[in-house]
Amino acid sequence: MMNMMKYIAGTLFRMLLLLVGVSLVSFILVVSSPIDPVEAYVGSESNISQEQKDVIAEYWGLNDPPVQRYLTWIRNLLHGDMGTSIAFKKPVVQVLEERFITSAALMLTAWVISGVLGFMLGVVAGTFSDSLADRVLKTFCFVMSSTPAFWIGLLLLVVFAVHLGWFPVGFSVPVGKAASEVTIWERIHHLVLPALTLSITGVSNIALHTRQKMMDVMKSEYVLFARARGESRWQIVKRHGLRNIAIPAITLQFASFSELFGGSVLAEQVFSYPGLGNAATIAGLKGDVPMLLGVAMFSVVFVFVGNFIANLLYGLLNPEIREGGRV
Amino acid sequence: MRNVNRRTKTLLLIGMICVILLGIAASGLVMNPESYAPDYAAKKLPPSAAHWFGTDYLGRDMFCRTIKGLSTSILLGTLAAGVSAVIALVFGILSATVGGVIDKMISYLVDLFMGIPHLVLLMLISFALGKGLKGVIIGIALTHWPNLTRVIRAEVLQIKNMQYVKAAERFGRTKVQIACEHIIPHVIPQFIVGLILLFPHAILHEAGVTFLGFGLGVDTPAIGIILSEALKHISTGMWWLVFFPGMLLVMVVMLFDKLGDDIKLLIDPMSAQE
Repeated sequence: MMNMMKYIAGTLFRMLLLLVGVSLVSFILVVSSPIDPVEAYVGSESNISQEQKDVIAEYWGLNDPPVQRYLTWIRNLLHGDMGTSIAFKKPVVQVLEERFITSAALMLTAWVISGVLGFMLGVVAGTFSDSLADRVLKTFCFVMSSTPAFWIGLLLLVVFAVHLGWFPVGFSVPVGKAASEVTIWERIHHLVLPALTLSITGVSNIALHTRQKMMDVMKSEYVLFARARGESRWQIVKRHGLRNIAIPAITLQFASFSELFGGSVLAEQVFSYPGLGNAATIAGLKGDVPMLLGVAMFSVVFVFVGNFIANLLYGLLNPEIREGGRV
Repeated sequence: MRNVNRRTKTLLLIGMICVILLGIAASGLVMNPESYAPDYAAKKLPPSAAHWFGTDYLGRDMFCRTIKGLSTSILLGTLAAGVSAVIALVFGILSATVGGVIDKMISYLVDLFMGIPHLVLLMLISFALGKGLKGVIIGIALTHWPNLTRVIRAEVLQIKNMQYVKAAERFGRTKVQIACEHIIPHVIPQFIVGLILLFPHAILHEAGVTFLGFGLGVDTPAIGIILSEALKHISTGMWWLVFFPGMLLVMVVMLFDKLGDDIKLLIDPMSAQE
């Protein structure tokens, strides 16, 4: 028990240290930009005088030394204040909240589908390696790992939305309908294609990993022995395979939050889906500094949570660590 | 082909892939801009013998635009993969041989870069450099080293603990001498394979950020731009604007992947004689 606590505390500390570093890097990158936040705020065609711009700059603390600005930002951040988004004209925290709910629906669906599907495909391919099914899956995964997520989205859009007309071309709800009138079915209807895009991209990684592990298990001596005892193939898979490969697969799936987020940025752009990724793109293109920093920090925490869970699972479920060994 | 062994076959395949990739890069460089200039007489044409990939709403020939875009991608990918691989080599070797604080710092940096979603990091860097092409190039070049650094570090650590390296140490060879004579020759194959396998990532990320609208201007023939324009006109049903450029991009990425795998088979002593 002591060892477990120590492991958790150690992991948490290491990851907090990373979070500090990431916030510093993001901040340095954003403030070193030649894009003037005041110009971005007032817009180029407005006739606001230089004095007024100076007042805004002073009010935002843009004239303070960078170190002080960083500390102020962190202090406000810890109080839950991330400033006001220029592009959305709302507090950043509020935008993040709204958009995260929309994105979460998308990412969670894709995460579960790609995880379950990838795992099952991997188990089948690994159990019957070199069969036709295995070769088909391997080719599919090879092609998928070379295919950008947004192109898959575009293809789905062309086939299912434009030519067949089964699904809407974009957005998360029907255009021109009040938010209160939107039914859950309409939301799902809009979610299908983006979620499918993300799922297809996510499958290959987990499937290939599971396939490899399954093949290793099938080649092991304990499986040979089990076969000699007369266990059927299904019994072997159930007793010796799944137990050994489920944990690494779950860990891998948690550790893939970074790719999931990156994929959702692209998928949301394709489907004009108003989620976090879409907000990041808008913020980056419009020079919305508070929003950009907000999304960046959020994505880092998101990845951090995934990695943390992966590390915990890895530690807690791995007998070597549970018994007090070191990895 | 019966009397040709696998080694020769693989070499032939590597040669062919190189020729194709270099061919695309070169033909994009020497291509006359006229060939993908707007031609209002030939707007929105589906694929035909005259326009293999069809034309867009301005009558630009999509085949030429795609080749030009891929050429840019390949050149950019080369630069980015080269820079990132060198960073990875230096960091990996430093981390494994010097150890101590340097090792901790480099490992921290690796974790740091892997803690931000890659695309978000690229956006931040692009923003920091005031958008534009420069931001994309520098962003792609400076962010692809963490994985390879880990690989090289692990490789060097393994070699460092080999008997013959220990023996060399006892004979009084300095750290620099050991690094140059015993470690680097073993790491070079890993390095070359890692370098080539960086290309696909670099190219896909370049396509991704330009697709989002960072970097290149709207008229530049880049795959990301072509596809984001196709998205704008997607409801007009011009499927060829989406299908062919993406298809070719996937093929180039797969060729690089195959190239990396084949070279790995050849220079890895475990599989070289198979």
